[in-house]
Amino acid sequence: MKDSEKIITLNHGSGGKISHDLISGLFLKYFNNKILNRLSDSAVIDSFEEKLSFTTDAFVVEPIFFPGGNIGKLAVCGTVNDLAVSGAVPKYLSASFIIEEGFSITDLEKIIKSIAEEASMAGVAIVTGDTKVVPKGKCDKIFISTSGIGFLKKEFENIGLATKVKTGDKLVVNGTLGDHAIAILASRESLKFETEILSDCSSLNHLIQKSLTVCPHITFMRDITRGGLTTIAVELASMIKKGIMLNEADIPVKEGVQAVCEIFGFDPLILANEGKVLMAVPPEYAGSVLENLRNDPLGQDAAIIGEFTDDHPGKVVLKTIAGGKRLVDMPAGVQLPRIC
Amino acid sequence: MKYISEFRNNKYLDELSKLIHKVSKKKICIMEVCGSHTMAIHRFGIKSLLPSNIKLISGPGCPVCVTAIDYIDKAIALAEMKDVIITTFGDLIKVPGSYSSLEKAKARNADIRLVYSILESIDIAVLNPEKKVVFLAIGFETTAPATASGILKSEATGLKNFTILCSHKIMPPPMQAIIENGIKVDGFLAPGHVSVIMGTDMYRFIPEKFSKGIVVSGFEPVDIMQSIYMLVKQIEENKPKIEIQYSRVVKPEGNQKAREIVDMVFEPVDDSWRGLGIIPESGLNLKTNFAKFDAEKMFDIKIKKSKEPAGCICGDILKGLNRPSDCRLFGKVCNLENPVGACMVSSEGSCNIFYRYEGF
Repeated sequence: MKDSEKIITLNHGSGGKISHDLISGLFLKYFNNKILNRLSDSAVIDSFEEKLSFTTDAFVVEPIFFPGGNIGKLAVCGTVNDLAVSGAVPKYLSASFIIEEGFSITDLEKIIKSIAEEASMAGVAIVTGDTKVVPKGKCDKIFISTSGIGFLKKEFENIGLATKVKTGDKLVVNGTLGDHAIAILASRESLKFETEILSDCSSLNHLIQKSLTVCPHITFMRDITRGGLTTIAVELASMIKKGIMLNEADIPVKEGVQAVCEIFGFDPLILANEGKVLMAVPPEYAGSVLENLRNDPLGQDAAIIGEFTDDHPGKVVLKTIAGGKRLVDMPAGVQLPRIC
Repeated sequence: MKYISEFRNNKYLDELSKLIHKVSKKKICIMEVCGSHTMAIHRFGIKSLLPSNIKLISGPGCPVCVTAIDYIDKAIALAEMKDVIITTFGDLIKVPGSYSSLEKAKARNADIRLVYSILESIDIAVLNPEKKVVFLAIGFETTAPATASGILKSEATGLKNFTILCSHKIMPPPMQAIIENGIKVDGFLAPGHVSVIMGTDMYRFIPEKFSKGIVVSGFEPVDIMQSIYMLVKQIEENKPKIEIQYSRVVKPEGNQKAREIVDMVFEPVDDSWRGLGIIPESGLNLKTNFAKFDAEKMFDIKIKKSKEPAGCICGDILKGLNRPSDCRLFGKVCNLENPVGACMVSSEGSCNIFYRYEGF
């Protein structure tokens, strides 16, 4: 049988020899590390810092392969980034797979391989996992769930709560917004348009660690995923009861993304990203944080896009490119289904 | 970006703002007919660039908002039939009908799919020959040619399992109805994309019969500001006429080919508009030789008597009589997550736009 004809059957999820062969022939081959190789019921790991950060995420993106990544790479980046923006150094990941009967083993191998590659780049190990096979039609090709553990210094434990943010702190993003959503949209078969936009799907932990080294005074971080910049900014303003003023002209958006937004009526500020972080930085450090970001391939297009104000507490106002001002509010409901 | 950055240029906007401030003396009311204009005006904060004597009011140009509630009820009834796939533009899915919405029907297992064009819908019909695919055909003169070409394509390929639930509408009759209803409007920003297809002849009654100004406007901030300037000059000089600001795409004669295929497939009918009631010859229906593509004729659609939501003033908002903030439901029981009226659903709906962009 040619490799391309090999498919997943219910037997692969039976728990018997075929399951065992799949695990050792594919998962262990790529994820290979001492903790996983014990194949015990749980991973036993060493602890590094006084605080531990723990997160989990499920990935159901459609299509599973898209320009700039695939569901496997996404499953690593998503969880790594959730840990990284909490101020943690990500160390260990779990990965669970729900696979539809009939799924191509060649595709599975591609996905596993990119999980392994992305994990290695991010410096994390896949230390435990599980695989289930469900009858045809009971899931769409493959769903992946990853959980992650990272370790952090006590001084960063509240970075996600923005408790230290002050009026005048600058808001910084590490690059262009909306790339992931538009890459996914363009790769949907039903939408007949082509762009050269790649998903920004990437692990930001090294970039974030470098930023925290340059400026341990960063007062807030969050990765900008579903709901886009708008959702995070609105959540942040209402959480700390400060106003946020964003400057539309300074917000980086690729021309191709802007063009698709104009055609389909999307707002780039509410589009999903998978490799973007929003940081709040005291004004005196904003320049050095920005420079540091721009020296990294994942931060080349970084920009200062706004600041915290005492005006309109709890609300986000956008100074538009036309010179007017308008309120920014969270999008309601689904803009694009199953984007991550 | 070409065709965008020039039309969002701050310097031009500044100059236009100064010019408008200089020539505008009278207290006037300008209606932007098209929902996309309403959207752009709020998105870019245009009102803050205008003197306080110019009031902008929104018109009936959001296709989702003006769709009659019984249309939604019929679409839901179709969606609940066995072996039917409903294909629809995204905005329509959340619009509340009298008793439910397409979104809720979908959650209860109806096969409802979002599409961006009728051609996608036809592809779904070809791929699912055992199903009956219905396309929810709404919109003004802008979307009608696409629906017409889809119908012609289905006819040419002998597609048997495809129909449309048609509620296409045309723009001039409600504009006339608004003037005749005594709503105070001194001039109109006419819909740019409708005019791309239809040209400008159809607006002649506005200056000639009613002595109101009209400028066909593009959708970028500079377009809108320039159009307002042109309109203010017409009003101040008391010389109402039809002018085209959006001349880079709109020609006085429109798009001949698009008009021909619309005429080939559709005929005008009296149609019901949310808020405006029945307006003579304001809708488009499939001609009898295309009746086999008409879902209303091909299915036995039974619905309970339709009813408008209590307290909702979408109708008066669509006529420009009230602003969203005048509605006692606005922002309370009616919000983006749980819209009561259609104007809160569509991204071109006045309530939706006010909710998102105003109030700081």
